Amino acid sequence: MNEYLWLIPALPLLGFVLNGLVAPRFGKGFVKVVGPGVVGLSFALSIAAFCEMLQAPGQSITQHAFTWLESGGLYVPIAFVVDRLSGLYILIVTGVGFLIHIYSVGYMGDDDEYAFWRFFAYLNLFLFFMLLLVLGSSFLLLFVGWEGVGLCSYLLIGYYFDKDSAATAAKKAFVVNRIGDFGFIVATLLIFMNFGTLEFAEVNARAPGVLAAGGGLVTAITLLLFLGATGKSAQIPLYVWLPDAMEGPTPVSALIHAATMVTAGLYLVARMSGLFVLAPTTMAVVAIIGAATAFFAATIGMAQYDIKRVLAYSTVSQLGYMFMAMGVGAFMAGIFHVMTHAFFKALLFLGSGSVIHAMHHEQDMRRMGGLLKHMPITGYTYIIGALAIGGVPLFTAGFFSKDEILWQSFASPAGHPLLWAVGAVTALMTAFYMFRTVALTFFGESRVDKHTAEHLHESPWTMTLPLSVLAVLSIVGGWIGIPHVLGHGVGIGNALEHYFEGFFAKVPAEVAHHEASTELLLMGLTSVLALGCMYGAYVLFSRNLARAEALKKALSPLQKLLEKKYFIDELYEWVVIKPVYYTSKLLLWRLVDVRIIDGMVNGVGNGVRHVGGALRIIHNGVIENYAVGIAVGAALIFYFLVY
Amino acid sequence: MIPVSHVLTLSAILFGIGVAGVILRRNAIVVFMCIELMLNAVNLGFVAFASGMQSMVGVMFVFFVLIVAAAEAVVGLSIILAIFRNSGTLNIEEFNLLRW
Amino acid sequence: MLISFYILAALAVGGALSVVLFRSPVYCALSLVATFLCLAGIYVLLNSEFVAAIQVLIYAGAIMVLFLFVIMLLNLRSDKPLRHSWTWPKLLGIGFAVAIIFQLIGIFHSPAARMGPAGKYSTEYLQQKGAVEVVGEVLFTEYVLPFEIISILLMVAVVGAVILAKRREPASTEQTP
Repeated sequence: MNEYLWLIPALPLLGFVLNGLVAPRFGKGFVKVVGPGVVGLSFALSIAAFCEMLQAPGQSITQHAFTWLESGGLYVPIAFVVDRLSGLYILIVTGVGFLIHIYSVGYMGDDDEYAFWRFFAYLNLFLFFMLLLVLGSSFLLLFVGWEGVGLCSYLLIGYYFDKDSAATAAKKAFVVNRIGDFGFIVATLLIFMNFGTLEFAEVNARAPGVLAAGGGLVTAITLLLFLGATGKSAQIPLYVWLPDAMEGPTPVSALIHAATMVTAGLYLVARMSGLFVLAPTTMAVVAIIGAATAFFAATIGMAQYDIKRVLAYSTVSQLGYMFMAMGVGAFMAGIFHVMTHAFFKALLFLGSGSVIHAMHHEQDMRRMGGLLKHMPITGYTYIIGALAIGGVPLFTAGFFSKDEILWQSFASPAGHPLLWAVGAVTALMTAFYMFRTVALTFFGESRVDKHTAEHLHESPWTMTLPLSVLAVLSIVGGWIGIPHVLGHGVGIGNALEHYFEGFFAKVPAEVAHHEASTELLLMGLTSVLALGCMYGAYVLFSRNLARAEALKKALSPLQKLLEKKYFIDELYEWVVIKPVYYTSKLLLWRLVDVRIIDGMVNGVGNGVRHVGGALRIIHNGVIENYAVGIAVGAALIFYFLVY
Repeated sequence: MIPVSHVLTLSAILFGIGVAGVILRRNAIVVFMCIELMLNAVNLGFVAFASGMQSMVGVMFVFFVLIVAAAEAVVGLSIILAIFRNSGTLNIEEFNLLRW
Repeated sequence: MLISFYILAALAVGGALSVVLFRSPVYCALSLVATFLCLAGIYVLLNSEFVAAIQVLIYAGAIMVLFLFVIMLLNLRSDKPLRHSWTWPKLLGIGFAVAIIFQLIGIFHSPAARMGPAGKYSTEYLQQKGAVEVVGEVLFTEYVLPFEIISILLMVAVVGAVILAKRREPASTEQTP
């Protein structure tokens, strides 16, 4: 099997080539089959690779395709590694990707202006890069995938290329990502300088020997890697691109900005767990930024009216959770949440897409309401997704993963009760705003515009089938990670913990012993409060809309602040963008480029011209002068010969 | 025995007079004659060395220089004839088309 | 011996100066002939009778005759006096010409200018064997290749002269109707 690992990313690449180059002459039917088809095949291969990996020694299979670079001390092969971490990731990426491709067939199917094949070509290309990122065996290969997914994100956000807002959003995403990439590149250089290699396996194995624990070098490397992660995974301060990225079509938001690309930063941190545990300062930074982002984004999400914006901020918030988990050393919990979040967030996005599709591209929740009876499948699956993200105990996947994170932030040696408190409050807010969305969209009296209301109908099977599959996964997906305190009594072990045993590095500190009762107490407390928030939001926004409005007016200044996203974009504009722009224009362009550099180049030309003009006078056509010149020259030569 | 340095001095003087003639004269044929004068000065130098060093290399050089001067005179004069036919004058001040 | 040399030298210099200073081209040509003859005399004094002979034959006898033919063919007038066409570059040129003379004299008299080892063609040898025979001995053994090349050069010169000086025929410039 490991000779065929390269097919896993190669099949989507083939899909890209076929959809991009050949499809236009074969029509939509071709694209509808090839687009999802290659991803489905890739998924099947991923399952096979996963099974083989479980049997392999060291639980890791590698395929070395060929050598890419070999120069001096740098050796970079094209090698694909399926180990416990990347094996899980390829299943998530190809599985959820496959469902979203099927969904896109229905969602984008009646779009004629924008070239149907273009969408699937970009989507396939994205999967190719994402799989390259995950399967790559070295920093450089990961970076190829890293950049590639950024590119595809740009292409897909700007899919509706004639809309100004879409083009601007695409540019913003790419530029902000670039800032993170700078951190990544510098970190890679530092790693190469100190390790002499870029292969993950070698770096992780030699890390304790080469880098001093807690030292400046390892802190610098990990902080720079984290900077790259904040760019890709939308944390403070580089999260600003994600809400704007909702300009792209909804399947794009589901795939890229919920399930896969934004988890690339988390993959990086998890992969380099060996480095991160050597730098407690960075771990603290990661945890604090993760918690702060989670809280911050949740507050903004509470005041948004666009259904996709709410989900975007929710994604930023959940990603913050995952980073908080990584920061306290609970890498497994973080990856667990990546998986469950992929399920329910994709479900929520696709569900919202279904709603938007039925509402003829209306996205403002103030003009929705009472849609449940018109679109039952969409509605119920969406509710399941909301329950999952809110963390309904025992029943949903979100509960198990989120609870693990919260518990680890409390109990881990690198954790702190304050982190738990922030996480818990954020969970309550998450429950609240998600059910606000549910109530405003699906319940209550209909505020839908008359004309649109006539055409409301359930979406085709291509869209509802993935919704159903994801809903099931959102329920059962968590059962692989049942914590000991719950499962011990009934004899169920924690499968995920068993799976990842010994894979991630451990925080070098003593694990404090906590009573099982503490964990159960905290778990119960947050669950009850979350359920309360869910119910409260439901009641407030479906039946008592007037009350909600009154509340909003009462809290008006706060509400304005949240609605305008804390004016962060405006802040960046004034503090960062304008200074850079004016420095570039006035200093670097007008002064350095035009006057100094161009001046030097032109100056050389002018100088030559003037000297030539002066020397030209010798050529005046008078023959006697030429004869004189010869005589003078001869005399000078004799002079030099003698002396 | 005539000291070589005296002969060489004479050669230098004749050469210098030839250079002066090339610069001063305006008639193309006279300029050419001064060039011949310079060549002769060089011949004199070669013969002086031949006699002083008791070798025949100098004589050989003179032989070849003479022949080449003859050929050069032939071709040069035919060029002068062609110029005269074209422009009717041999005053080198009139030929100033070799400008920038 | 030396006296003869000085007399011939003085005459040669006088002839050269006349070439530069006379205004009529015919006078210049005749002065040049006189210079050549003086030089031939000096060659005899330097034991190169052969060179003296070919100097008179070729230079004075052929080349200068050619010059005189051309002068008379073109019917040249006398030049204007020198002071009518005086320019500053000319003065500079004269100055450098004088400088060249002094430099060359300095070179020839400097201690660094030494002659190489003496060859085997001494005066006695030349007088014994005859100048022409010795020249032939050297020319047709060591220097036979340049000798042959020179003959080609002469042919080229003749061909060139014929082409350059040929009169254009009027018939060749007519256009075909």
